[in-house]
Amino acid sequence: MKAKKTEELIFKTFMIISSIIIISILFYIIGTIIYKGLPALDIDMLTKIPGGGFFLGKEGGVLNAIVGSLYIILGSLVIGLAISVPLVIYINFYLPKKSWLATLVRFSFDILFGVPSIVYGAFGFALMIFLGIRASLLGGIIAIALLIMPIMMRSFDEVAKLLSRDLPDALLSLGATRYEMAKVIIKQLMPGLVTAILLSVGRGIGDAAAVLFTAGYTDNIPTSLGQPAATLPLSIFFQLGSPVEEVQNRAYASAAILTLVILILSLSARYFSSKYQKNKI
Amino acid sequence: MRYIRVVKDRTARHLMLGIALFSLLLLLVIGITLLFKALPIMREKSLGTLLTSGNWKPFKGDFGFYPFIISTLYVSAIAIIIALPLSLLTSIYLNTYATKGIRKIFEPVIDLLSGIPPVIYGVWGSLAIVPLIAEKISPHFVEFSSGYSVLAGGLVLAIMILPLLVSILTEVFRSIPKEMTDASLAMGATKWQTVKKVILRKSLTGIIAAIVLSVSRAFGETIAVLMVCGNIPLIPKSVFDACYPLPALIANNYGEMMSMPGYESALMLGAFLLFFIILIFNAVSRLTLNQIENRYSL
Amino acid sequence: MMNFGVVRTSSTLEEIQSNSYLRKVESSHTINIKNLNVFIEEHHILKDINLSIPDKSITCIIGPSGCGKSTLLKTLNRMHDETPEVRISGEVIVDEENIYGVNVNVIDIRKKMGLLAQRPCPLPMSIFDNVAYGPRIHGLKRRKAINQTVIQYLQYVGLWDEVRGRVRSSPTRLSIGQQQRLCLARGLAIEPEYILGDEATSALDPISTKKIEELFIKLKEKYSIILVTHTLRQARRIADWVVFMYMGEIIEAGKTEEFFNNPKNKLTREYLSGSFS
Repeated sequence: MKAKKTEELIFKTFMIISSIIIISILFYIIGTIIYKGLPALDIDMLTKIPGGGFFLGKEGGVLNAIVGSLYIILGSLVIGLAISVPLVIYINFYLPKKSWLATLVRFSFDILFGVPSIVYGAFGFALMIFLGIRASLLGGIIAIALLIMPIMMRSFDEVAKLLSRDLPDALLSLGATRYEMAKVIIKQLMPGLVTAILLSVGRGIGDAAAVLFTAGYTDNIPTSLGQPAATLPLSIFFQLGSPVEEVQNRAYASAAILTLVILILSLSARYFSSKYQKNKI
Repeated sequence: MRYIRVVKDRTARHLMLGIALFSLLLLLVIGITLLFKALPIMREKSLGTLLTSGNWKPFKGDFGFYPFIISTLYVSAIAIIIALPLSLLTSIYLNTYATKGIRKIFEPVIDLLSGIPPVIYGVWGSLAIVPLIAEKISPHFVEFSSGYSVLAGGLVLAIMILPLLVSILTEVFRSIPKEMTDASLAMGATKWQTVKKVILRKSLTGIIAAIVLSVSRAFGETIAVLMVCGNIPLIPKSVFDACYPLPALIANNYGEMMSMPGYESALMLGAFLLFFIILIFNAVSRLTLNQIENRYSL
Repeated sequence: MMNFGVVRTSSTLEEIQSNSYLRKVESSHTINIKNLNVFIEEHHILKDINLSIPDKSITCIIGPSGCGKSTLLKTLNRMHDETPEVRISGEVIVDEENIYGVNVNVIDIRKKMGLLAQRPCPLPMSIFDNVAYGPRIHGLKRRKAINQTVIQYLQYVGLWDEVRGRVRSSPTRLSIGQQQRLCLARGLAIEPEYILGDEATSALDPISTKKIEELFIKLKEKYSIILVTHTLRQARRIADWVVFMYMGEIIEAGKTEEFFNNPKNKLTREYLSGSFS
């Protein structure tokens, strides 16, 4: 009896310790990045593109990367939404409840979700060679769209699955076509869609491996789809590779910017999704 | 008026079906494209040689993937060995012992951990983990280590797969019907006895699926590992040696590969190998997890 | 073939428990519930329950769904401990000890109360291990003793002959009725002093129900049995005492004969005549 209790106590202690470890790792990571990055962060970082000799420690900022990332994520959002929204509506409200096609589509997106971004990058690159496109904004948009599509589709699908079928049935019985029904449903699912978008933006904006060969890198702000585009993660990556201390510090500052963006995105996604699911991790 | 409505509806339906079928084809297209690109190198040398040779000399046309495969396995193994006990204990705690409040605290923690971009993990790894290994840990075991090592890669990866493991394991434990744990408790079993004899036993397949899924995530992780593991194409002799996992190889050499015959094809083969293995791992574990989820929902 | 030790063809409870692995003190097995109140979050689920449950008889708790009868049953083995939202006040005195007292070990309470749930819920292990689960967690180690206990309780519920060749296989292939008898054997194997049944036959077919009911009648020679039941007819068939609950309160309680033939309360009469359910 005593041994039984001791064993339980020991394991419970381990459990609490592991939980604390996991929480403290999070704070350690965020703390380190903010601590190292904030001192080097100034308004120039946010508002200037790299000047001459930027990678030797001369003045300039990472505006090129911020804008590049923004362009890429906006572009890929458009593509991602154009595909995943109709897809989710279709498999949830057009197909019958136990449709094999829906099962198959969900399954293939589960797998696409697991495909690493480096593979999307390599595939995007191969595709671009085939189409005769150079590393460019367009290439980056395609690669990131591929990357975020599964995330967007899966998280939007989660919400759509929860919507009871009464509403669609009621609309249909009023004589609405399925297309008209879908328009009403999308309005209903708006908070879920917002969560899906925030999650995908978070993932897309932070990914480096997919844009490494597809978007290229430049010190300028791209003015057309055919020009290469810098991205925030890659600018961190390249700056950190520099032996000059000031450049490294700017890498930390850029990392702090990215981390803050992700923090905001993640917390607002949680806020929107908590409207839907109460006890989900 | 009515006509237009019907046409709209019909067009939308066909368009959506098209998108659904297109998305099903996507996996196939990715696989075939990569394989097609990898064919030239596979015509030159047998797959067996490519996978088992340790010679990586692109300038001489030697493309031996062995060191990279070993490195990938090595860092992934370390990652799962560290992450599994942590996540198992934590998710058991969250499911059995923790109050609602503690569970609520954990939700954003797991969200954030999985949301932090790989490049940030890389920065953190090079700031925190690498010096830790170089200065504090390795001197006890080896003469010199730069810190950029198998262990650093494994540690960073472990943290990166933690959120995935915790969230899947929590799902798996949650799928166990309450009546079953209640039956055990009602017989006077303690919570821990119930965990050991009922919950863990019942979720064994789910746990294995979660492991397979997170190992495949570890296989494909690129930037973060690249930033901390040293990138030397040799077979590491200890966990304090540098290593060079497959994704890092692809990422590092893409710029220059166009200039050499066979190089691009070899890297595409690397990408295809990654894709194929991860595809299989994912398919198996997702099927298992879906089955577990459906078993109790009506 | 494994060695099951000495196998007798049938045994009574007295015989089985004469070689009990736990020595226990015989006493009169009565339950006294005093001023029991249960709240789930803000809802007052049980209101001022006062009830005595007599030894060696079957007490059936009846009432419309949502009246609190299952909640009442759960207070008896303290399963509410598992839900933090539940607050309980009052006393439940089992064998002269308040189970909600300060120095009470919840595990001892649960060991004393064998629970048969609404749906049979075999644990994820073999038929044999299901029955052996209780004795094992309560410290029985000798293989021979475990074998003997398992076989005897399987025999007692009449399952042994049906599962003889496959006790090492999973119970999921048993019929629902067989599974419920397995769960009863599993519950008896912890050698409880009370048996609680939470609509224990509601998922079963009439023949399996009859088998379980016969077992209850056999068991009441030794135990006090408290059953929550959804059918009046079951209460009429097997109960010695009937407790009628409505909206979290006990409306009427009494001997079965009297309760059904001469109900005193107006609500009881209406319920018995089927005007609400």
